[in-house]
Amino acid sequence: MFEVYGVKLSSRFILGTARYPSPDVLADAVRAGGAAAVTVSLRRETVSASPAGDSGGGFWSLIKALNVPVLPNTAGCHSIKEAVTTAHMAREIFGTPWVKLEIIGNQDTLQPDVFALVEAARILTADGFDVFPYTTDDLVVAERLLDAGCEVLMPWCAPIGSARGPSNPDALRSLRGHFPDVPLIVDAGIGRPSHATCVMELGYDAVLLNTAVARANDPVYMARAFSAAVKAGRTAWHAGVLEPRDTAVPSTPVIGMAAFS
Amino acid sequence: MDIVINGQPVKANARRLDVLLSEFSYEGDWLATAVNGELIRREERVSFVLSDGDRVEILSPMQGG
Repeated sequence: MFEVYGVKLSSRFILGTARYPSPDVLADAVRAGGAAAVTVSLRRETVSASPAGDSGGGFWSLIKALNVPVLPNTAGCHSIKEAVTTAHMAREIFGTPWVKLEIIGNQDTLQPDVFALVEAARILTADGFDVFPYTTDDLVVAERLLDAGCEVLMPWCAPIGSARGPSNPDALRSLRGHFPDVPLIVDAGIGRPSHATCVMELGYDAVLLNTAVARANDPVYMARAFSAAVKAGRTAWHAGVLEPRDTAVPSTPVIGMAAFS
Repeated sequence: MDIVINGQPVKANARRLDVLLSEFSYEGDWLATAVNGELIRREERVSFVLSDGDRVEILSPMQGG
């Protein structure tokens, strides 16, 4: 069982809710993949004389019906102030202290502004939030985030939506080694189930992804594939994955070989 | 009174935030509000007096990753 901030999650697969072909497909994918939680966001309501749009209400009803924990994000925020205010507004709507803290520092890579991230994490944890920081794979930043009160880390493995898979497995491995007891969730950059298996084999506790499922030809089937991939990687981690080496090692015993010369 | 709602300038009759929401037909418990960058909680809207030029943000749930 995987536990974050005192909440036991039903699986190690967290799924985003954006970019699906329809609300029904979103719901089916969440159920088919056995998602432990779903990420959601906030948007501006449209401004009109009357009536105002209520699409937010419809979406919220859909999410509540899924009956899985909700992880609101601060996507689109570029400053501490924006992120902190958005987090407070999310807590008001969604009624959870959880927040996936995103503060974007570079528009091309959507790389987190880790300096602002640490400060915003400090502010929000002091305000009673359970912060899930979307961060880079930098070890020192990770230490600062833990010092700021985060009890979980969410390093990227590649830029958001890139589908490139783990760009730096060594850095991910290093984080796991330095923080053996901290829940680690890879967030962003996973493109295919084998990527999820890869990070789970490194000992990560969970994966969070969105686009790879939502934009698949069949999101429901892809959600199933990711669910299986996450479980395979976790099982392999427990089993003990063989480390690669540079030279060959015979798998068949050489003792007692026949000599024909 | 001149108010900016979600980045769009509007003319409003309302003097309180809860009335402003009604004036522009924002209804539902899924809405969150901020004025000039500060959260105004649901229960605080009835006592929050708006000022000319206030920037009001009205947010609702959306799909996210």
